[in-house]
Amino acid sequence: MRLRAAVLRRLRRWFEDRGVLEVETPVLSSAGASDPHLENVSAQLDGRAYFLHTSPESAMKRLLAGGSGDIFQVCHVFRAGELGQKHNPEFTMLEWYRLGHSLEDMMTDVESLTRDLCGIRRPLVPFRRTSYQDLMRQFVDVDPFTAAVPELVDALDRNGIASPAGSPLERDELLDLLLATVVEPAMDPAQPLFVYHFPASQAALARILPGDPPVAERFELFFGGMEIANGFHELTDTVEQGRRFDRELARRAEEGSFVPARDDALLAALEAGLPDCSGVALGLDRLLMYIADVDEISDVLTFDLARA
Amino acid sequence: MASYSTNEFRSGLKILIDGDPFIIVENEFVKPGKGQAFNRVRIRNLKTGRVVDKTYKSGESVEAADVMDTEMQYLYSDGEFWHFMVPDTFEQYAADGNAVTEAKNWLKEQDHCQITLWNNVPLTVTPPNFVELKIVETDPGVRGDTAQGGVKPATLETGAVVKVPLFVEEGEVIRVDTRTGEYVSRVKD
Repeated sequence: MRLRAAVLRRLRRWFEDRGVLEVETPVLSSAGASDPHLENVSAQLDGRAYFLHTSPESAMKRLLAGGSGDIFQVCHVFRAGELGQKHNPEFTMLEWYRLGHSLEDMMTDVESLTRDLCGIRRPLVPFRRTSYQDLMRQFVDVDPFTAAVPELVDALDRNGIASPAGSPLERDELLDLLLATVVEPAMDPAQPLFVYHFPASQAALARILPGDPPVAERFELFFGGMEIANGFHELTDTVEQGRRFDRELARRAEEGSFVPARDDALLAALEAGLPDCSGVALGLDRLLMYIADVDEISDVLTFDLARA
Repeated sequence: MASYSTNEFRSGLKILIDGDPFIIVENEFVKPGKGQAFNRVRIRNLKTGRVVDKTYKSGESVEAADVMDTEMQYLYSDGEFWHFMVPDTFEQYAADGNAVTEAKNWLKEQDHCQITLWNNVPLTVTPPNFVELKIVETDPGVRGDTAQGGVKPATLETGAVVKVPLFVEEGEVIRVDTRTGEYVSRVKD
């Protein structure tokens, strides 16, 4: 708890030094996350259904579109069903946005902040940056952009990972499984690593850089094989964002999962004009795990779900 | 048929796969940053004891195995079946040889055992962690002979053979840890 307090103090100073404004946005939201890989926690209020936010992204983008300038927020977010050694359904997220930052600028921002915070107890060696394509080639010897399903299944087999029973997996799901079960554990524990340019199919809310193949302007930061942060060069195109929402909601319907209302407030904000910016979400509890050198997220939480 | 979602996975949960009952030994939740979550489980086949690893997409469900642990009293064996009774209801169950492969070495009449029932048929019998059994045969101990680590074989009333210290004699009752098959102590009346 003392470490958490020290990190919070230090990160607030880091943002203040750079003129980034601290904001608070509501935890309760009338629109749920549409991402098919996130499960909302719902809440009842005056007979109306709300959701506890899975991230403050949408609300913070509304502020950016309204002219807030650079902003950051530290808040609790909620994701149902995510419980494990590195997951707790309620966790602390640090999210920030910088106007005019490219994806590279934003990686530099993240490196500067995490280096400052880790300096409290566990100084970091220089960070490495590698593309998603190089990462997958290096660790599992597959090209994530061209490998067909059987090739990915082979790569899993080679590494002793049982392919799931039940419905066959799609390419992206196989890549996710490879990343989580083979690549992450094989990463050098002492080497902070940025992975950038994910497949366009895994863009989420990032811009897509046209090319062959097109790639998502998205990065993730890994400490000790554990994902710490995810950043986007933010998508500002209303039409494209609306299309992605519709596709995600259709997919949820297809899978028989809950389909929340479309986040029209965010679309309206994009329509009004989201400035060119990059944003990052950082799992603060995981950063604390790294700084404190512990393996269980429950070790850094004041009270985990079992004791909540 | 009842089923469990991967959200409910935890060690000890009993599930049905390809018609066989399994128990979850380990469950690990993995999820890349923005992608599909998975549950990697290590499971043990309750019939064969074999351990295998499986991967599930999080959110999928698996059929629950109708497996229940019940405490019963061991009555007797007729050579083919081992008979047990639920003390409260006097309901009787017969376990076949497969269910008692391990346990039969330690079963003493009247003792309370844990019976794992699958679809109401005994699947495995787990004896108490410690049992007290009488030695029916062992060589007289020779003092000072520690060449074999100071132990000698002793045959118990159930037919099991355990290593006992040299000072233990025929006709004595000893306490045995059934999980390791090792001698614990002598039992004084």
